Amino acid sequence: MNVAVAKKETGRALSDSFAIARDRLPGSGKVAEARSAAFAAFDRVGLPNRRIEDWKYTDLRALLREVLPPAPAPDAAALSRAAEAVRLRAIKGVRRLVLVDGVFAAKLSELGGLEKGLAVRTLRDVLEAGDAALQAQLLAPDNSNPMVALNSAMMTDGVVVEIADGVVLKQPLHVVHVASGTAPTARFTRSLLRLGKAAGATLVESYIAADGARAYQVHDSLLVTIGDHSRLDHVRLVEDSDDAANICSVVVTLGARAHLNTFGMASGAAVSRYQATIAFAGEHSRVETNGVNLLNGRQHADTTMVMDHAVPNCASREVFRAVVDDRAHSVFQGRIIVRPHAQKTDAKMMTRALLLSDEAEADNKPELEIFADDVTCGHGATTGALDESLLFYLRARGLSEKEAQALLIQAFVGEAIESIVSDELRELVVAAARRWLEARQ
Amino acid sequence: MALLEVKNLQVRVEEREILHGLSLTVNPGEVHAIMGPNGSGKSTLSHVIAGKPGYEVTGGEILFRGEDLLEMSPDARAAKGVFLAFQYPVEIPGVATMNFLRTALNAQRKARGESEFSTPDFLKKVREVAARLNIPQDMLRRGVNVGFSGGEKKRNEILQMALFEPSLCILDEMDSGLDIDALKVAADGVNALRSPDRAMVVITHYQRLLNYIIPDFVHVISKGRVVKSGGKELALELEASGYARFEDAA
Repeated sequence: MNVAVAKKETGRALSDSFAIARDRLPGSGKVAEARSAAFAAFDRVGLPNRRIEDWKYTDLRALLREVLPPAPAPDAAALSRAAEAVRLRAIKGVRRLVLVDGVFAAKLSELGGLEKGLAVRTLRDVLEAGDAALQAQLLAPDNSNPMVALNSAMMTDGVVVEIADGVVLKQPLHVVHVASGTAPTARFTRSLLRLGKAAGATLVESYIAADGARAYQVHDSLLVTIGDHSRLDHVRLVEDSDDAANICSVVVTLGARAHLNTFGMASGAAVSRYQATIAFAGEHSRVETNGVNLLNGRQHADTTMVMDHAVPNCASREVFRAVVDDRAHSVFQGRIIVRPHAQKTDAKMMTRALLLSDEAEADNKPELEIFADDVTCGHGATTGALDESLLFYLRARGLSEKEAQALLIQAFVGEAIESIVSDELRELVVAAARRWLEARQ
Repeated sequence: MALLEVKNLQVRVEEREILHGLSLTVNPGEVHAIMGPNGSGKSTLSHVIAGKPGYEVTGGEILFRGEDLLEMSPDARAAKGVFLAFQYPVEIPGVATMNFLRTALNAQRKARGESEFSTPDFLKKVREVAARLNIPQDMLRRGVNVGFSGGEKKRNEILQMALFEPSLCILDEMDSGLDIDALKVAADGVNALRSPDRAMVVITHYQRLLNYIIPDFVHVISKGRVVKSGGKELALELEASGYARFEDAA
């Protein structure tokens, strides 16, 4: 009874904040209609709980309790704290695009001297004045997933990047999400990356907190289309503050002979969910997706992947590694769908979890839905502790227990990290992993 | 002062007593061979000295330069100068040999309050030692012991011994799994490290190894205690008569 009342209260608070926010959210006409429909779709379900199969291990109603009200636009102080946070995590040689509390921060971003064939706009601009086709693409995601629906209803800003046919970007794009406001609020962002034909790009996404940002929520989504003969390299680092929540939905569509290499690592946030659907729409394409969770305390991180082999002759590789300490909880759900005509599909998924304490938990849920008969599909999952004989060997050579563990943990996640093609980005990820390991010492 | 004093050591593993009051004294510069049949407790002794978990010391003590070794963590023992060359060195995929060697060397130096090696100094030192032991650079680029032959693994142990410069080396069944050529190479590596400041305890089942590493003292262990000690000629005696005689004595 209490639960039902609580849910109603939460629902009403959010309905109120949507009603208040609605008029200030970018876009009118079709966009506004789509927002209302999306909000209604979310409101029917509310925050997903464990009775919904997809959310069995990640009960957001229990973990988040409520959707926080939208963050106000950052003031000068918030922007200046954000600038400092961005500086500390700056990567050399990239084009930086910064969102502070869910609002594009032009002053912290690098928009000058765009390479020919690269167009960057804000989501706000596109929703308010953009062409109908782009808007339709931005509103396309399936609202049957409540967190996608919530994001569709509330999105305030983001970056919309288009790369023309034949253009291979030399400079990686780095989208930085900074939480800076000190009140516990939510940021709702959506970004889009459209790669034309025979194009190429590297996208890095970081989620960080500025000094003083507490107990905030990130609700993000990313839509990607990769044209025929194009390639995207994607690296994603979740280093939010340890009391934050990060819920992100990704939809990727690949054309023919396209290639996606994607890597994600979550070491921050109290609660995170990364739900990605990768769909093959053209033949002879390939996806490598690799992920690492580094968790301690009472962190909860969920990676849910859907690999949709809708056409023949495509290959996918999923490698996932979780390192779980203390009372943390790691979830990996990987579904591979091979549709009836998708013959010669080659799909593999391997997930391994390393438990560093008796109370740590890792759930692996592989699901294969194969409707074609001439395919190669496989999956494997293991969960275990660090090998005592290896630990003793290292300690007998002078390494302390934590140092020995750190070396073995680095080796454990190394296989996933090695998939990153760029030396600089691989080093960036190794450095982030090292920060996590050093914090344990 | 003796380097290592094992006094009346009693050790249990999973409720079974393996060592029943073993004593041994090793001075700097000495090479001691410990021989005994399978199951006599040879490897248990080496593991307990190095600090491997899973052994319960129920009596006796181990002193290293007069300090209680059993109170120290395995890494503290390594930093003090105790080195165990493993009978079966483990493979550690994903940990590059060079990174491992540097991390270990610097961890030991740091624990002793010495300065850490810089990368160029470290590389120089490893290359020197590797060249002396005929260890190809290619081996150093691989994961620790990954895909190494039995001989290569033992050479990697000796490389570490040469690099860490311990004062007590315990060689646990160094000859197991080695053919005669690999054994000679390994023994040459060990002999090159003999010095007046360094003691060695060579644990072996067979006398053969002692043709290449000539000990100053030989101890026969049977059923968890030393049943006979003598000079190097004791090894030859054992080779001729076998262990049975000593098992009866125990």
